[in-house]
Amino acid sequence: MMKRNQLILGDKTLKDITDDICQPVETLPGKGWVGMFLSAKTLLLFYIFVLGMIVANGMGLLGVNHPNGWGTMIITFVFWIGIGHAGTLISAILFLFRQKWRTSVARTAEAMTVFAVMTAGLFPLLHTGRPWLDFWLFPYPNQRGPLWVNFRSPLLWDVFAVSTYATVSMVFWYIGLVPDFATLKDRAKNKIRKTVYGVLSLGWRGTARNWSHYEMLYLILAGLSTPLVLSVHTIVSFDFAVASLPGWHTTIFPPYFVAGAIFSGFAMVVTLMTLVRIGFPQFKDYITLDHMEVMNKIIMTTGLMVGYAYASEFFVAWYSGNVYERYVFMSRAGLPGTTGDYAWSYWIMVTCNVIIPQIFWSKWARRNIAVMFVVSIFVNIGMWFERFVITITSLHADFLPSSWGNYAWSFWDGALLFGSFGMFLTLFLLYLRVFPAISIAEIKPMLPVGRDDHKGGH
Amino acid sequence: MAKLMPGLAAIFTEEHQILEAARKSRDLGMTKFEAISPYPIHGMEEACGIKRSSIPYVTFIAGSIGLTSALALTWYTSAYDWPINVGGKPPFSLPAFIPIMFELTVLFAALASVGALFYHAGIPRIDPPTIDPDLTSHKFAIFVPENETGYEAKKLESFYKDLGAEYVKKVEAY
Repeated sequence: MMKRNQLILGDKTLKDITDDICQPVETLPGKGWVGMFLSAKTLLLFYIFVLGMIVANGMGLLGVNHPNGWGTMIITFVFWIGIGHAGTLISAILFLFRQKWRTSVARTAEAMTVFAVMTAGLFPLLHTGRPWLDFWLFPYPNQRGPLWVNFRSPLLWDVFAVSTYATVSMVFWYIGLVPDFATLKDRAKNKIRKTVYGVLSLGWRGTARNWSHYEMLYLILAGLSTPLVLSVHTIVSFDFAVASLPGWHTTIFPPYFVAGAIFSGFAMVVTLMTLVRIGFPQFKDYITLDHMEVMNKIIMTTGLMVGYAYASEFFVAWYSGNVYERYVFMSRAGLPGTTGDYAWSYWIMVTCNVIIPQIFWSKWARRNIAVMFVVSIFVNIGMWFERFVITITSLHADFLPSSWGNYAWSFWDGALLFGSFGMFLTLFLLYLRVFPAISIAEIKPMLPVGRDDHKGGH
Repeated sequence: MAKLMPGLAAIFTEEHQILEAARKSRDLGMTKFEAISPYPIHGMEEACGIKRSSIPYVTFIAGSIGLTSALALTWYTSAYDWPINVGGKPPFSLPAFIPIMFELTVLFAALASVGALFYHAGIPRIDPPTIDPDLTSHKFAIFVPENETGYEAKKLESFYKDLGAEYVKKVEAY
């Protein structure tokens, strides 16, 4: 068998691990964190202002118009939901596959999932235009008949999929945190800290019987989350694929969307992990270059899958013989004889998602922090543009040329997109200081096997 | 959740020591003792003689209830209470309801399984007893309640000391 590098560097003892991981939670933040937090917080305040303006004035502030009924809100919703998928992939699917390296990054990736889904969840709720009536999305007995929701609509499937996904991801994340909260409680020096973490730990004691049930539950939640995460982006893709617009109405959408979601999510994990490694140098022993390299391999693999989907869409458009389908794809690529108004966005997408990640064929690039950081940013940009391309190119020019029209991008579209990062980053930065960013209880069994060979062994 | 019991706790510093201690305790015929560790230890269930968790049954039953509820909900609202013709589809158009049925299956199964863990582990619990604060960080313990078969504080103390316990102490309630 191939000899693998150790997952945890630096010959740690159990106590070293506890100390290392609890350190950010138990010390005052440094200048770097405070600086980043204040910037993120400012962006969040700006975001709240933007959302307030949109709610008060209506959706007309954004560039949505006829025929582009969906715009930045839906594009950015799909973008953030997709980001969340990598967290569940790492925490659930790689757990089922017994990929031990996942342990170091699982907690933070799950946190990213929870925050990304929270950020995403706001968009469809606000996109209804009258968010104070959003409770109409749920089937509750009412005095209007009762008039029920339309269970045949993919938009309603989305309500169920996203709310189930948000709930189960949060529960999964919290169950993983319970033993670590108990650790923090037992280490606490002051009363407030002891009380807060005591409440969060729910009175966890860590007896063998408790661990036996706990491990079983963890396995079950991983098993349930695995089909769940695949279903969520599948159903998001149904929002498009069930409609009859050219460019949307295709059967490739579910796997294509899931691959794209994992691709963009891993890019975000790499972006955040490079920053975490810089911010908390002691984590370099846990989130090693080997971990980063594996994630870069996944980025390249899923990037190739996404590239294959782009090519396949073109082939099918040609092979179908459907003139509308053909026109949409020729127009996307800006071929002669079409308006090609959005060809620039298509080529940004291809460059960022297909061409740039090819650098990861080189081992040097996969293990270079600066390179992977830059590539991950490009992938995130590219994946936002993928959703832009899908949404806008199909809507702006469908069947009748007399009803064509371009998306009226406004200041508020950009403000909304950038502001959403303020919400995400504020939550994420707070998380890094309040919760243990690596699972203490899960990482300890990962210590190199055979470490007590000289004193009895396992 | 069993009531708190006074008893005796032996603290260990190495994983293999507590595995050994649990195995030996069981060989003595003890069944009620608890092994406390900061992380799940591979092989501890066998050493303590713990049966496989019953949570999967809860998951299955709750998942089935979720599936049936979703089927009932979609049928009642879309086909029975107020059937509306959407795109010429039949009122009870099952394929369109499968996403809802799937999501509710997962939701019910996941939440009920978590509830089952809470029940079995006796959490949430206000002010749980603590033997040693390091037990959630880098130490391990065996706790023997007073109602254990053949409980004899003196004998057990030397028994665990011989197995390499760092110290042995009396516990008021655990």
